[in-house]
Amino acid sequence: MKWYIIKRLLMLIPVLLGVSILSFSLIHLAPGDPAITIAGEHASIQTINAIREKYGLDKPITTQYWIWLKQVLKGDLGRSIVSNESVTKEIADRFPNTFELTMFSMFFAIIIGCIAGIISASRQYSILDYSFMGLALFGVSMPVFWLGIMLMMIFGVFLKWLPISGRISMMISFQQITGFYLLDSLLTGNFEAFISSLRHLILPSIALATIPMATIARITRSSMLEVLRQDFIRTERAKGLSERMVIYKHAVRNAMIPVVTVIGLNFGLLLSGAILTETVFSWPGIGRYIVNAVNMRDYPAVQGCILFFAFMFVIVNLITDIVYVYIDPRIHYG
Amino acid sequence: MMKTLLEIKNLKTHFFTHEGVVKAVDGVSLKVDRGKTLGIVGESGSGKSVTALSILRLIPQPPGKIIGGEIYFEGQDLLKLDNKEIRKIRGKKISMIFQEPMTSLDPVFTIGHEIIETIQLHQGLNKKEAREKALEILKIVGIPDVEKRIDSYPHELSGGMRQRVMIAMALSCHPTLLIADEPTTALDVTIQAQIIKLINDLKKRFHTSVILITHDLGVIAEMCDYVAVMYAGQVVEYAEVFTLFEKSLHPYTQGLSKSIPRLNKEVEKLQVIPGMVPNLLNLPPGCPFHPRCSYNFEKCRSENPELIEIEDSHLVKCHLFTEKR
Ligand SMILES: Nc1ncnc2c1ncn2[C@@H]1O[C@H](COP(=O)(O)OP(=O)(O)O)[C@@H](O)[C@H]1O
Ligand SMILES: [Mg+2]
Repeated sequence: MKWYIIKRLLMLIPVLLGVSILSFSLIHLAPGDPAITIAGEHASIQTINAIREKYGLDKPITTQYWIWLKQVLKGDLGRSIVSNESVTKEIADRFPNTFELTMFSMFFAIIIGCIAGIISASRQYSILDYSFMGLALFGVSMPVFWLGIMLMMIFGVFLKWLPISGRISMMISFQQITGFYLLDSLLTGNFEAFISSLRHLILPSIALATIPMATIARITRSSMLEVLRQDFIRTERAKGLSERMVIYKHAVRNAMIPVVTVIGLNFGLLLSGAILTETVFSWPGIGRYIVNAVNMRDYPAVQGCILFFAFMFVIVNLITDIVYVYIDPRIHYG
Repeated sequence: MMKTLLEIKNLKTHFFTHEGVVKAVDGVSLKVDRGKTLGIVGESGSGKSVTALSILRLIPQPPGKIIGGEIYFEGQDLLKLDNKEIRKIRGKKISMIFQEPMTSLDPVFTIGHEIIETIQLHQGLNKKEAREKALEILKIVGIPDVEKRIDSYPHELSGGMRQRVMIAMALSCHPTLLIADEPTTALDVTIQAQIIKLINDLKKRFHTSVILITHDLGVIAEMCDYVAVMYAGQVVEYAEVFTLFEKSLHPYTQGLSKSIPRLNKEVEKLQVIPGMVPNLLNLPPGCPFHPRCSYNFEKCRSENPELIEIEDSHLVKCHLFTEKR
């Protein structure tokens, strides 16, 4: 197991290398020039060339990549062309917000999705089953940005129940410690800030959680139905176990094996969902940062974010594979 | 104490499928006496497993449903019990082992956990006591190195070992009735005899009554006291084992006993009863066996015979004998 984890972590190296080459080529192939973005449309050729030179943009793309790579290997993601801040720091500043949003979303997506799927399966063809699965179908087919805008309109604009943008109300003074708003407000005993940041979290979380929640509900239901048909379920009933034990202990544990796969994959999708959600809700996270970076052709920032996303993706997959070992004794990693 | 442990009267279990109603069990009557073994034979699809599952009310519903009959166990009709009461019978008074040892154990729990769960459920012991009991019963069914094996997962065991575990689990609460549904069909030939012997030994040791479903008439001859022969969801003949082998009456039973190879006769070709197993969705009118029966006459084609008692404990369902009376 230990060796397996080490092996998987070593595999990060070629993955990140590949991802960085790909994203480097893509963003340089895309039309647009950061030098013009910085200097402005009407700047003189000289100014633009000077900027190009300053950021090494005049060199061939392979050389640029090489320079960037050497820098990254030293642990430095470079400086943003737009803000001239260290990209590492900019990502680190925004990461807690994205983390809170994705974790909060995923937490509810998993809890509600699994419960709905289990209930649906144990009462197949009931009204409850049809309603859950109807909702789930609705959920998976909903575009995130559209859902986000609808939520803003209904709960923010018409009902005025919840704030529709930002991380926390601007009226609240707030002291940062770790960068995680919920945690920091608790640590400083700032109850008002806690409530405000929690309220800000709700709508974006719903928008982001909907698709994974619906996907998890559907896969849980089908996996449960599959398991409930198997021979060993009959054995458990023949032992005299109650239906509740049969379903919630034996069937659920078995049914979770494919569900974990889907949860892992959805974490990946969540990262891309975060890009849309953060943009719609002006959420100060990495998702919104990368959109701005792409728009401004801020090459180092884009590269840094993509590298970071790829890293997260691999880590989540690794965690998924480790979780398998705990729920399925048939799986061993040598 | 009553002599009869289990009595099934006119049991009907049907499956309501898209293609139509499958009358898997259609008027089965049987009896099992205390301490005795009843064998059930019949071609595959004749309703043996459905009969067995109906006793414990384990028929998947939908599509299945027990639509009629009575199943008296120790004088109590199992079909009238509520869910909670039947659960107290399952695994405690009546246990079942299945045809598919490879898939009948939950793959994500250890075999020890499964047995301990059963013991705790019915005997109110604490974990440690239950584990002691589990070790003991695993030893009895012949699992080697039990201290280590008890923490194995099913996939770490062979088919024969898994069936032993199933037997251990079934016997862990000393049931009065053990239902073994083709317990050896899926196993290696060399293992089959061992498992049958094990069931036979344990039956004597725990004074358990047994319903043994099998294709193997040799096993029936060796182990059973009574035999019920099933055809198309009905019992066509019921007799003491000796009677059945020597003086069987029903043409189907006669065909069956001809189809076992006998060592004492010269190279005898395995005879198969001519004709097809009937489609339960579309049974022929009259006696369901008549299209394959060489004795069939007018009445067989129009009227389904009753199961009648020819002599003490010998019942047969055939017009050849209703006529004679
Ligand atoms: N879950 C089910 N759904 C529909 N039909 C079933 C089901 N289980 C059994 N049957 C039907 O009941 C009949 C008897 O099956 P079974 O009792 O398993 O036969 P066997 O004598 O081989 O044990 C078969 O025709 C089978 O198709
Ligand atoms: Mg069967």
